[in-house]
Amino acid sequence: MKILKLFIIVILFMGFSHSKSDEKNIELKNKILKNIRCLVCQGQSVYDSESEFASSIKLIVDRKINENLREEQIYEFLREKYGDWIIYDPQLNKNTYILWLLPLLLFLFGGVIIFKKLNNQK
Amino acid sequence: MKNKFNLLILITFLCFCFIIFYKGLNNSSTYSPKISNKKNIPIFEAKDFNSDIYFKSVNIFEEDIFYIVNIWASWCVPCRAEHPLLMELSKNQSIKLIGLNYKDSLNNAKNFINKFGNPYSQILIDSDGTLSVEFGAYGVPETFLVNKNKQIIKKFVGPIDKKAIEEIKLIIK
Repeated sequence: MKILKLFIIVILFMGFSHSKSDEKNIELKNKILKNIRCLVCQGQSVYDSESEFASSIKLIVDRKINENLREEQIYEFLREKYGDWIIYDPQLNKNTYILWLLPLLLFLFGGVIIFKKLNNQK
Repeated sequence: MKNKFNLLILITFLCFCFIIFYKGLNNSSTYSPKISNKKNIPIFEAKDFNSDIYFKSVNIFEEDIFYIVNIWASWCVPCRAEHPLLMELSKNQSIKLIGLNYKDSLNNAKNFINKFGNPYSQILIDSDGTLSVEFGAYGVPETFLVNKNKQIIKKFVGPIDKKAIEEIKLIIK
């Protein structure tokens, strides 16, 4: 009887941990799919899109997660196939320097103007 | 002096905005991935169209020649338009055509081949579209030119035309 109880507890625990990891994988999959641009219907993410391309990408992402690839490795795979454009969150590289640095430069420039104005008022 | 400086900044800023918008207007709003570097063909295993045998990519691209990988489907209207050109290209001895049948019904695809002819030395089945993703395709039809080093050197999005055929012939010469 004791062995049976122990067996049931182990089974329940295994089931619980399995569903927990499934939940984690689904969460990761949704996060990745929301960050991938659908190349067919270009205003939408793959997560939102119902296109043939999006459905294939969903399968690929699912497969890569099951192969235990990390999030960044999946993005790298897609970047290699389709270029930086497919990821909504662009990387910092020679093509995106302006994109990343311009807001910062404008912020600093505005700061300097405000600082100078305040100093002049004094 | 100060006013002149402010005016100069304003003009520079407006010029900058103008250049950005002008460039933006000239750019196409639809993105199409380009092949900037030679990419190795993906390593895969796919089911043959005429048998239930699975083939590995190394066995498919084993000869020391150029290959064309053409993604097609019987339901794809532009595929019909490019088919006669593929038939013409298949007569060339220095190139082999590999067809990827994309998300298609096997019966319809066989009817298509019987009706319009078979330009392919081998047809592979891509029932869920994942094999096309491995090649970097996002639609149908798409055509890839693979060189003797098994690298993808050219990609044609959409149906290939006579100009594309001439370009392919020039490369494989």
